[in-house]
Amino acid sequence: MSSSRVGPIVRRPLPSQVVKDDEPVLVAAAKAGDVSAFETLVGRYERKIFRLTQNITQNKEDAEDAMQEAFLKAFEHLQNFEGNSRFYTWLVRIAVNQALMKLRKRRPNVVSLDEDVDTGEDMVPRDVEDWGPSPADRYAQTELSGILGKVIGELDPPFRVVFQLRDIEELSTEETAEALGLTVPAVKSRLLRARLKLRQALNQYFRRGESQ
Amino acid sequence: MKCKTIISELADYLDEALDPGLRTQIEEHLGKCKDCRVVVDTCKQTIEIFCNSEPAPLPPATRTRLHEALAKRLRRVQA
Repeated sequence: MSSSRVGPIVRRPLPSQVVKDDEPVLVAAAKAGDVSAFETLVGRYERKIFRLTQNITQNKEDAEDAMQEAFLKAFEHLQNFEGNSRFYTWLVRIAVNQALMKLRKRRPNVVSLDEDVDTGEDMVPRDVEDWGPSPADRYAQTELSGILGKVIGELDPPFRVVFQLRDIEELSTEETAEALGLTVPAVKSRLLRARLKLRQALNQYFRRGESQ
Repeated sequence: MKCKTIISELADYLDEALDPGLRTQIEEHLGKCKDCRVVVDTCKQTIEIFCNSEPAPLPPATRTRLHEALAKRLRRVQA
């Protein structure tokens, strides 16, 4: 690393993120009551929504229930979707609410998302080691998914939910704040803490010389 | 600029949400401080690893249960 500039975050267009041209047609058909059009949309997003509910609930049964409820509520309330955002962004907001309800039910003592949380501790990075280029390529896809699921599960819910929405689902800071009933500064401070903690947790897997 | 400031501005720096003056100051610091450069770079890699990772396929049984539940309840909603 000779340059002082760290380039922008590179988000590769993944097949699951490409909005297919037929999406507005499918949404319109589903709105008119076409179940098969809606099932096509479900098939398109089920993997991502399941990852989201699993990351938030950290419980497979709850994640499955939350995913099912999210898709059903989406179908029932499709008339409320006005097309001001992507269909997926709208779906994510429903799924997050379902997942959070499950999480609160199972862990009633869990810190509430809109409560002040201490973001000041543990901000000094430890383990300052270079990872080298493309560290994720050292792991097979399944193994990598397992690592990512494990480290995000170790974050406290207020942090992992914000990270999930901002950095995985790519909602804006404002959309995340609105979805979670938080202020923009609260989203930003939680996101910073989440990113630093995940960096710390991933260091053991990705530091230079480390391999599977 | 102190290393602590780099950490507190890290998220906005990576999101390219800083004003140009502060951004320049941070990059001047990164040019001189290897530890901060490594932290900023590995934090950026952390985000990229997550956002560039495709979700695993649904376990077949989970997928079956989802589509059965939807089919059953969607028919009921339509009725």
